[in-house]
Amino acid sequence: MNRWLLWLPLVLFGLFFGAVAIGLMMPKDNIIESKMVGKKMPEFALPAAIEQRPALTSADLSGGKPTLLNIFASWCVPCIAEAPQLLELQRAGVEINAIASRDTPEDIANFLNRWGNPYTRIGTDTTSKVQLELGSSGVPETFVIDGNGVIVHQHIGDIREEDVAMLIKLLEEAR
Amino acid sequence: MRRFLALLVLILSAPVAAQTGLPPAPYADRQLEDPQQEAVASELMEELRCLKCQSQSIADSNAPMAGDMRSQVRERIAAGETPEEVRSWLIERYGNWVSYDPPIASAVTWPLWIAPIVLLLAALWLARGRFRKRRGDE
Repeated sequence: MNRWLLWLPLVLFGLFFGAVAIGLMMPKDNIIESKMVGKKMPEFALPAAIEQRPALTSADLSGGKPTLLNIFASWCVPCIAEAPQLLELQRAGVEINAIASRDTPEDIANFLNRWGNPYTRIGTDTTSKVQLELGSSGVPETFVIDGNGVIVHQHIGDIREEDVAMLIKLLEEAR
Repeated sequence: MRRFLALLVLILSAPVAAQTGLPPAPYADRQLEDPQQEAVASELMEELRCLKCQSQSIADSNAPMAGDMRSQVRERIAAGETPEEVRSWLIERYGNWVSYDPPIASAVTWPLWIAPIVLLLAALWLARGRFRKRRGDE
């Protein structure tokens, strides 16, 4: 019995070593998912970000039809990368509303002139207030919202070509 | 020489890469007028985790989003919310992850609280065995 106990420290060391090795080799997961998925969209009212598009309130997001809510900013590079995919979604008949994060009207207008404007409504969130309400931790992020205004899915990061079909499927399922 | 150095510093100092051109939220870097409320708010800010630079509290972080979170915390405290209400408002949105004070009775976090106690008890037990043996030797 005592002889076996002698090996205990080595076994403990092995466990410790293993835990550290796994921790080192596993890529760090920096993604913080919103706990608001599955819940009703929190109430908010944001002023219009640019003159050409109306303001955005939470009531606009429960109009009976599933929609996308895209959080973007003119100072965000991945937002440029996802612009073609958003335009593609818009062409497929998807209603996309947007929240412009910490941005100025001029910069937003420039950004949209340059990379396209797929949005129906754009609200401006200058102090990340609504972003915090949504449990969102950065830009770009895209929420899939069903017709009753319940958040069905949160897409973190830019929308890649391969994500478009998945988002369309989610929107159809949310019908 | 001094002028040259000044010029050199100006040339070498790259402009800080702005994440956003907007000024911070109203109470990001401004204390509340009521010192008692400010003390409550800053204590809470030390215990909330920045979403951007994830190993810092929002009190330590310079990320714009951390500033926006500080402003939210101060505004909510000023409006009369308790620190625990503000904390649970954030936990509701970001999970326990956002708080540096994990709950005791959660499936993931209870080992954090139990492990030190278990280790301490094990150490006491080990030490007791050692001392007893030594006394027996004499």
